[in-house]
Amino acid sequence: MLPMLAEITGTGDDLISAGGAIGAGFAYGLAAIGPGIGIGYLVGQSVQAMARQPEAAGMVRTTMFLGIAFTEALALIGFVVFILLGL
Amino acid sequence: MASFALEFPPISHLVEWPAFLFEDSPFAVNKITLIFLFALVCTLSLFIIGGRRQALVPTGVQNLVESSVDFIREGVVMQTMGHDGLSWVPFLTSLFFFIFFTNITGIIPVMQMPANARMAMPIVFAVMIWVLFIAVGIKHQGPFGYVKSVLFPPGVPKALYVLVTPIEFISTFLVRPFSLAVRLFANLLAGHILLVTFGVLAAALWAAKPTLVIVPLPFLMLVFLTGFEVLVAFLQAYIFTILAAVYIGGAMHPEH
Repeated sequence: MLPMLAEITGTGDDLISAGGAIGAGFAYGLAAIGPGIGIGYLVGQSVQAMARQPEAAGMVRTTMFLGIAFTEALALIGFVVFILLGL
Repeated sequence: MASFALEFPPISHLVEWPAFLFEDSPFAVNKITLIFLFALVCTLSLFIIGGRRQALVPTGVQNLVESSVDFIREGVVMQTMGHDGLSWVPFLTSLFFFIFFTNITGIIPVMQMPANARMAMPIVFAVMIWVLFIAVGIKHQGPFGYVKSVLFPPGVPKALYVLVTPIEFISTFLVRPFSLAVRLFANLLAGHILLVTFGVLAAALWAAKPTLVIVPLPFLMLVFLTGFEVLVAFLQAYIFTILAAVYIGGAMHPEH
């Protein structure tokens, strides 16, 4: 199967780099889904908390940034994988 | 990657700079090294100028420095470490400003390279914080007590330690420094690549046909992203500082 594919598409190197490019695109796209939902939910809840209790806004904001930092790390690891695969 | 209609530079062109002093030695100097020196000089001179004449009613640089120290003390240390952490304010303030200055060079004309978009400095920072919070934990709880309070958190059913201990070990001693370094590095690298993408786009459209109606769009996006990068530079410095404070504060006070 693979030699035939290689004959159609060109050399094996082309196939590998094409696979790398496709994998990179999927890697970042998939890695962005979870953290996107997570950060949206997190910030939404924080805004709700701040609106309900404006005097606690400072504390909520600090915790919100902490939560964003932890959630965002997953998307960033996906981004690094994207760079590593795509090159 | 030759099928792009637009000639986009490979990422190695965006972040790698040739050494121009002491090449082929461990002390080679390139643009990144100069940016670190710039950030060092900026941080030092900011605090030396701000603290030179201590007026009762602060003005100018002193005002800026005092309000930023206040911001670190009230916004970071008091929120995460409490009163015991007040002795960490000088360290965290200088950490914040050094990271901020190495980030902000990404949008300063002529430099336009965030030094933290190279993995070197984020790793040094992360390893520094890692060593610090372990040392603080050992100092406050003793080597045995610290490892026990991290690996065997109280209030967990005995049987669950089979599951909890490996997770705590990985997340505290391995994932923490890794995610600290990667967060800083990847945010800055992503911002740098975004700026380059829209810069290349605007330049290519301009070269193709200056009268195109679409020309302002990538350019406006570039201006918008430059403003966004200021926010990112500040936010990443803030997040790094606050995480450092949380880790050190967590090592000071065992969970109960």
